[in-house]
Amino acid sequence: MFVSPLREPLIQGHKTYKQISDDICAPVETKPSKAWFLATTLSGLLAINGFVMIGLTITYGIGLWGLNKTVGWAWDITNFVWWIGIGHAGTLISAILLLFRQKWRTGVNRSAEAMTIFAVMCAGLFPIIHMGRVWLAFFIFPYPNTRGPVWVNFNSPLLWDVFAISTYFTVSLVFWYTGLIPDLALIRDRAKSAFTKKMYNIFCFGWKGTAKNWQRFESISLVLAGLSTPLVLSVHTIVSFDFATSVIPGWHTTIFPPYFVAGAIFSGFAMVLTLMLVVRRVFNLQEYITLGHIESMNKVIILTGSIVGVAYITELFTAWYSGNPYEQYAFLNRSMGPYWWSYWGMMTCNVVSPQLFWVRKLRRSVVFTFFMSIFINVGMWFERFVIIVTSTHRDFIVSSWTMYYPTTVEIFIYIGTIGFFMTLFLIFAKVAPVIAVAEVKSILKTAGDQYTGPNAVHKQDDHSHH
Amino acid sequence: MSTKKIMYGLYEDEEILIKAVKKVRAEGLKIHDCYTPFPVHGLDDAMGLRMTKLHSAGFIFGATGTLTALSFILWITTNNYPINYGGKPYLSLPSWIPITFELTVLFASVGMFLTYLYLNRLAPGMKSEIIDERTTCHMFAMTFEIDDHTTDAKKAEIRKVLSDSGAVEIHEKEL
Repeated sequence: MFVSPLREPLIQGHKTYKQISDDICAPVETKPSKAWFLATTLSGLLAINGFVMIGLTITYGIGLWGLNKTVGWAWDITNFVWWIGIGHAGTLISAILLLFRQKWRTGVNRSAEAMTIFAVMCAGLFPIIHMGRVWLAFFIFPYPNTRGPVWVNFNSPLLWDVFAISTYFTVSLVFWYTGLIPDLALIRDRAKSAFTKKMYNIFCFGWKGTAKNWQRFESISLVLAGLSTPLVLSVHTIVSFDFATSVIPGWHTTIFPPYFVAGAIFSGFAMVLTLMLVVRRVFNLQEYITLGHIESMNKVIILTGSIVGVAYITELFTAWYSGNPYEQYAFLNRSMGPYWWSYWGMMTCNVVSPQLFWVRKLRRSVVFTFFMSIFINVGMWFERFVIIVTSTHRDFIVSSWTMYYPTTVEIFIYIGTIGFFMTLFLIFAKVAPVIAVAEVKSILKTAGDQYTGPNAVHKQDDHSHH
Repeated sequence: MSTKKIMYGLYEDEEILIKAVKKVRAEGLKIHDCYTPFPVHGLDDAMGLRMTKLHSAGFIFGATGTLTALSFILWITTNNYPINYGGKPYLSLPSWIPITFELTVLFASVGMFLTYLYLNRLAPGMKSEIIDERTTCHMFAMTFEIDDHTTDAKKAEIRKVLSDSGAVEIHEKEL
């Protein structure tokens, strides 16, 4: 297949298939470093603390949180939407970029999909613990019962969310594991000890890699990508319906679905960058996750960040143009009210900062990108907080006006989910290849730097090694 | 009773393998299978494999999901326990679309995944007959079925065609 010589090589260092396996499997095959143990212990402790706080919440009830009659949803739903949004980048990279035949996705899709699964696990915790009586959580599913049977309300976006999130989690897991099977088989076949071999043979389901196996693999990958693409768009659309179908000024807007989807991908790419910049450095994978990969992701950030920026301004315009005093007040209160700092924090992090990536030098700077990725995630957390709390804390009746402040329990639950997420990711990075080895090998002939780019030694149409 | 054996050649590059497959088939030898570390495009065509019907299974599962969701919600809201939500019609198709869509995707994905595992004989703890441990890493294997009745002349023929087509190693293995 012809590849433009202008295209940047995606695999550097004149790698052979053997070297690709060696480099990517090295973190799994070597003993974990002290830094890994330290990081895992620290995030594990935060996670345990978070679960203790969740335990307290379940024991004593959500009175332990700062919620009140006016602000009935706050950090819990903010964190839920934030985590779900982060998950979206994984699906975008693995599904949408597969359909668009973007080869650079092979360098980051494995970790991004893992991130999706762990982020959705963190997200799912929040609606469940907000129920209060978590042991009745199964009430949200339609099942024959002795109460009539009164079924769940199929016209409610909250129920749609149950279906959307559980489907999203299941499909992401299936997609991720399908890709993981051949790479786990690789580790099995390279393993020195019989025990490791046995364990990996269990988890790789006895993969052989015959021509027919791979033909089916390609078929299922393509169909799952085709299914996940509308799925990922539907998930955040439905999350936005939780707000948009209500009649609260500031929530009741038709712009929410595309605005939420763009914001989700925006924050997800930022999280992928935060993780991958650390991973490529710690595991020495700079030749597989190149500056070109980082630049491509930053371009997605410019696009989605700009969509988010336009959405913010459209909301302001619509509030003014609607002539509805409640709608107008909601936005005035957001930007000038007691929570002004969160609004301007959101504006700075999400609207102003991604525009700096128009400068090529900044787009290709690892340090700058790392700080920006953190900024964006802070900004996207603020966005959800702004939408949720500032729209509700000043109710229609002035006597109901109130402020919301998080309690220590809420703060530690949030930090706990970050710890939980990091723990899962750190464990994942030590037991499975963080880059999809088989997929990287399949692009070597078209994107390896010995075949394309300034360091090419083979001609385009001459692909033999000898 | 003859024991089942495999004779295989190892190649170092997928393009050499594809050429070799074409050459071997042109000479009238029957290839048992090929083992590769990653999906090699064009290999299935060269081996004369049929296109998989896996995606058709996906469609059937998806359609099952659609029908399940629609018929289930319809039965509940109009027949089993109709509830009046703000005077809206019992049969309110537009608001069923999200759940119908999600179940379609769920059924199609999970159903297809299970079919994929079944067809490929993949399951936790499944014993796999590993031809050569390097075929998941960097080597490409072409295998031939042989047994005790296979004549030496036949074996020599296979050996020759393997080495002529660029195989770097040739082995025999009992399964």
